[in-house]
Amino acid sequence: MWRRYLMWFAHEHLDFRHAEMQSIISLFNIPVKFIEQPSIRKPYWIVELPSEDYVKKIASRSVLVKNCIELWSTAKTESQLHANLKNSLKNSTGTWVTGENGQGDASDTHLCPKELIEACCSPKNSFKIEVETFCKHYTLKEKVQKIESFEYLPLEGPVKLNKPDITLAYLEFYGDDPNNVPEQPYDLFFGKWIVDGQRDLIQYHSLKKRHFIGNTSMDAQLSLLMANQAQVKTGDIVLDPFVGSGSLLVSAAHFGAYVWGSDIDFMMLHGRTRPSRVGQKMRAKEESVRGNMRQYKTESSYLDVLVSDFSLPLWKQGFKFDAIITDPPYGVREPTEKIGIERDNYKLSEQHLVNHIPAKVEYGLQQLYGDLLNFAATHLEVGRRLVCWYPLVREEYQEDQLPSHPCLSLVANSEQVLSKLTARRLLTYEKVRDDGTGQTLETNGGSHNFREKYFAMGEMTRRERKERKSEEMAAYALYKMAAKRDVT
Amino acid sequence: MKLITHNMLTSKCLKGVMTGYPLAINATDIKVTEVDFNPEFITRVIPKLDWEVLWAAANSIGHGEGLPKTLEPKYEENEDLLKKLHRVLLEVEVEEGNLTCPESGRQFPISKGIPNMLLTEAEVQ
Repeated sequence: MWRRYLMWFAHEHLDFRHAEMQSIISLFNIPVKFIEQPSIRKPYWIVELPSEDYVKKIASRSVLVKNCIELWSTAKTESQLHANLKNSLKNSTGTWVTGENGQGDASDTHLCPKELIEACCSPKNSFKIEVETFCKHYTLKEKVQKIESFEYLPLEGPVKLNKPDITLAYLEFYGDDPNNVPEQPYDLFFGKWIVDGQRDLIQYHSLKKRHFIGNTSMDAQLSLLMANQAQVKTGDIVLDPFVGSGSLLVSAAHFGAYVWGSDIDFMMLHGRTRPSRVGQKMRAKEESVRGNMRQYKTESSYLDVLVSDFSLPLWKQGFKFDAIITDPPYGVREPTEKIGIERDNYKLSEQHLVNHIPAKVEYGLQQLYGDLLNFAATHLEVGRRLVCWYPLVREEYQEDQLPSHPCLSLVANSEQVLSKLTARRLLTYEKVRDDGTGQTLETNGGSHNFREKYFAMGEMTRRERKERKSEEMAAYALYKMAAKRDVT
Repeated sequence: MKLITHNMLTSKCLKGVMTGYPLAINATDIKVTEVDFNPEFITRVIPKLDWEVLWAAANSIGHGEGLPKTLEPKYEENEDLLKKLHRVLLEVEVEEGNLTCPESGRQFPISKGIPNMLLTEAEVQ
């Protein structure tokens, strides 16, 4: 029997929700029926799935899902919710019964089969009821009142607040506008809690507790999201060619991937850069990408990290990764660099060769993304994914100007706003075919010069601020003079 | 550096080098660390390996014992082989040493287990 579920999401990274869910659904090949069309303005999805296993699979991966509820009743008003629930107790058809108006949507007169409720009523099952509200706060007393209103349910087991056999959930949705909260909720739901999403992982992987971090270490939630976007699964081989402190590898390894990383920064990979943490004077001895994996007990998934320049070839021909997950430098907080020198006919003498640190030149974003997409087109298994961030100035964003490659199809594109003017987009490409010709195909590395624009923009706002300040000073001086004149 | 990494690496970054494969290993310090055995992963990795290169590399650093020179079919059922491979690919690590390009003789140092494949600015001109 297909069951109906309410998937309740965390209200953040809204632009990533659909992309993450789609990735997980297609990773496990899960058939989903939408009972109500998902809306970004609602923190939930109402879906039907063939069995509980499927909802558990989704929850085993998603970092945006808070929890999944087996839906028993939904309505637009409190009285209707209770009426539905009472009628459901008499619904012995074994399926959901649609209301008189017979609409196929999540109309508020749907009745769940009574078996769902009866399965929880045995005297052996201890239970509790949780009340959750979205965009409104209730005191404990009010919550208890809400719980009391379900007294007609034939629950015979004892109440147990700590780890009961069954947790029932009552949820009220008051819209997504905290400045305009209505008196009564828009939607109400009641059902049985099934499983939580992976929100706890965000704390577990938190950068605050990570041994080795750098200036641009990716936040735990986004790293996990990226691993989901890349559809990383057990036994996959994953590469991050701009690995840094290895945040992305940590989350890929969490989902069972074997990981390789490379970076041009020798000092970073050897854990000898200046510490990024406030108050820390020196890097500890065990600070390394490997040390991070050890911290999360995934060291067995660590393959290697290599010091190398991404603009040059490194891997053997024909070798293919299952996923490439990366956050290239944007040229602002981390420089975009490759080995090189502006001078012609530059030669190094023998005596300088030992411990020589090579000079670097600018590695333009356009060139970098072109190389990255070409690399993915040759070194990715067909059907697998490249997931990377792309920084841009918000007002100049045009989808058709994003980096593109004929062998890669852009399957997801989610925006994370960084400031009023800038954002970065998480781009997910799926390799749709192998380039059989062996020729380099037309690659578009995008046309955005983020660094230049970022600093030009900064200049402008700095100047504006200065001008505004001097205007204010002048106005104040005038006012003072006028006040003085009035007094005398 | 593990031997699985060595099996995938080239020195193609050098100008004039066509394949740059396989790199010769010159190890001065080798470490063996225990890693969880995952037969599915090893089975999946085998088709991606250049067997001869692996065999030669393992022998060159003295850890080739028990590794057959050619790969027999139905390897996925041979647990002894998978275990041996697991050890050679994932547990044996070159801590200090060099990798040498087979065409140009250019050496890439390995320090603290991390190969440094960077060229100098003079080499990329």
